[in-house]
Amino acid sequence: MNLVQTFPLAFRALNRNKTRSLLTTLGVVIGVASVISMVAVGEGAKARVEGIFANMGTNMLIVLSGSTSSGGVMGGFGSMPTLTWEDLDAIRSQASAVHVAAPAITTRATLLSDDANWTTSVTGTTPEYFEIRAWKVARGARFADDDAEAKAIVLGQTTSDKLFGPGVDPIGRTVRLRSMPFQVIGLLERKGQSPMGSDYDDVALVPVKTFQSRIQGGLQKYLAGAILVSAVSAPETARAQREIASILRDKHHIASEVDDDFSIRNLTEIASAQQQGTKALTGLLAAIAVVSLLVGGIGIMNIMLVSVTERTREIGVRMAVGARPWHVLAQFLVEAISLSMMGGLLGVVIGTVVAKLVAARFGFPFTPRVDMALLSFGFSAFVGIVFGLYPARKASRLDPIEALRYE
Amino acid sequence: MSNTIIDATAVTKAYAIGDEQLEILHGIDLHVESGEFVAIMGASGSGKSTLMNILGCLDRPTGGRYFLDGRDVSRLSRGELAAVRNELIGFVFQNFNLLTRTSAVENVELPLVYAGVSRKERAERARAALERVALGDRFNHTPSQLSGGQQQRVAIARAIVSRPRFLLADEPTGNLDSKTSLSVMALFQELWREGLTIVYVTHEPDVARFASRVVTMRDGRIVSDVNQAPEQAAPLATPVAKVA
Repeated sequence: MNLVQTFPLAFRALNRNKTRSLLTTLGVVIGVASVISMVAVGEGAKARVEGIFANMGTNMLIVLSGSTSSGGVMGGFGSMPTLTWEDLDAIRSQASAVHVAAPAITTRATLLSDDANWTTSVTGTTPEYFEIRAWKVARGARFADDDAEAKAIVLGQTTSDKLFGPGVDPIGRTVRLRSMPFQVIGLLERKGQSPMGSDYDDVALVPVKTFQSRIQGGLQKYLAGAILVSAVSAPETARAQREIASILRDKHHIASEVDDDFSIRNLTEIASAQQQGTKALTGLLAAIAVVSLLVGGIGIMNIMLVSVTERTREIGVRMAVGARPWHVLAQFLVEAISLSMMGGLLGVVIGTVVAKLVAARFGFPFTPRVDMALLSFGFSAFVGIVFGLYPARKASRLDPIEALRYE
Repeated sequence: MSNTIIDATAVTKAYAIGDEQLEILHGIDLHVESGEFVAIMGASGSGKSTLMNILGCLDRPTGGRYFLDGRDVSRLSRGELAAVRNELIGFVFQNFNLLTRTSAVENVELPLVYAGVSRKERAERARAALERVALGDRFNHTPSQLSGGQQQRVAIARAIVSRPRFLLADEPTGNLDSKTSLSVMALFQELWREGLTIVYVTHEPDVARFASRVVTMRDGRIVSDVNQAPEQAAPLATPVAKVA
């Protein structure tokens, strides 16, 4: 008699008490189902958050200029231009953790097509901007370095839809901005909403030189907006932040005890803060999983103990005709493992279905994790071994004479 | 192979009841040769069941020596005793002790499962054993679908399927009516005439008369041990003999 032969025996024994077997496995089913759905939901939520922040920009820092102060009323960051074009050049050339940097000067302006008008946020920038924000053009091209003074414009999908109608290819068409004709050279890919709910597609981009000379005018020394910076990698964003701060304090001649006249926002930090929420949810589900696997294991132990008592005579007969203690141990242990593995299997199925439904409901990407399924299935088998051992040992230690006499 | 199957010398058995040792068997000497058909008689409390448990290797003697088929089994571990039971002894019980909701064939196969016999051979030998006890048409019946006499015949098939050195029966007719009892005893006699050594325990002198030797016990001692001409158990209306 070997272990493989024990399995059909175990399944037959469990089959005799179908309802009881099913109810016994319920704890394991719930435990494994929560592990599976927990991981899938956690991964999906993470992927979505990462996707959102990838649209905002990769490894991005935003440098804002300082605050005006008028009679004690602070105007807020960006209210007083303190950043200069030289600052941008210095960040580009001196900060080693900075990959690229681009200016972003934004105003609200009305664009006119032949038969429509639309007020949107118009940003003057340089080609690096597309790279920092990881924005790709769906049609046409983004403006290049030698377009610096050109009256070229790149539109977001929403802006294009409002001006030319949905689905119309705007490339080569003309829009008027401050009474000047701009040629549409590119249409951005659709990106959806920002984490704060604003529409990433409701934008228009023009070369920064054109923006300064044709749209905003004004001061030539100061950069009347923000500087967007992309660090060389995600872990390097903190170093990039320190380098930029040091460069700007130096260039602005700020004494050590005086506050910065600029501010640097680190989007990676915001992204990781958002992921903390997901982590808390995942932790909660993990706790549920552990508790229900524990309770499920105890349930299996309980039922196995009942089963050993019920089948005392059977155990006696088996021992009388030659079953050694380990045969009896194996038989009951395999039954416990079969119970928990059936629960595990059912849990994997239910967990996958739940994860799929949750993913569909909240718009997460759903990726089935085979490794997690195998892991939790294996863990349920382990639960069966741990909690089946005591009843199985009890059975194997029965005295055959007593067992045969048991009524 | 030794001709002496059971060789028990000065076997004692005592149980601890609180601080005291209660001795049930007081030095039993019993020798059974191959081919004997022995009835162990005694009233309840005579110690015959305790002796039977020791002879059947379900229990170990407290003192004395017990050689089974030339092998000292008085100090074996539980696992070793299980192996001895599996190889050398076939058991028949008063209350049949078949596995419920399990077919006759599978019940009979049980000792072979633990002997490590292949699935195919198990099925063949179990069917042959069931045919031997005239249950060739009841292979897939479960105990609840069989009469008491039929259940006891399944149990006898289970006892002989492993080709044991001897068959040990504990009140084999205790739960059967007199007519069925006779047919079971007739089956025992047939198996005995074919060469099987049989030891059975009974408290009924009526049942003991079919044996070739009667050992009588009282208060944990053997008080008489006589050979006799066994009375023929008429097979009556049951078709056991015809199939043999």
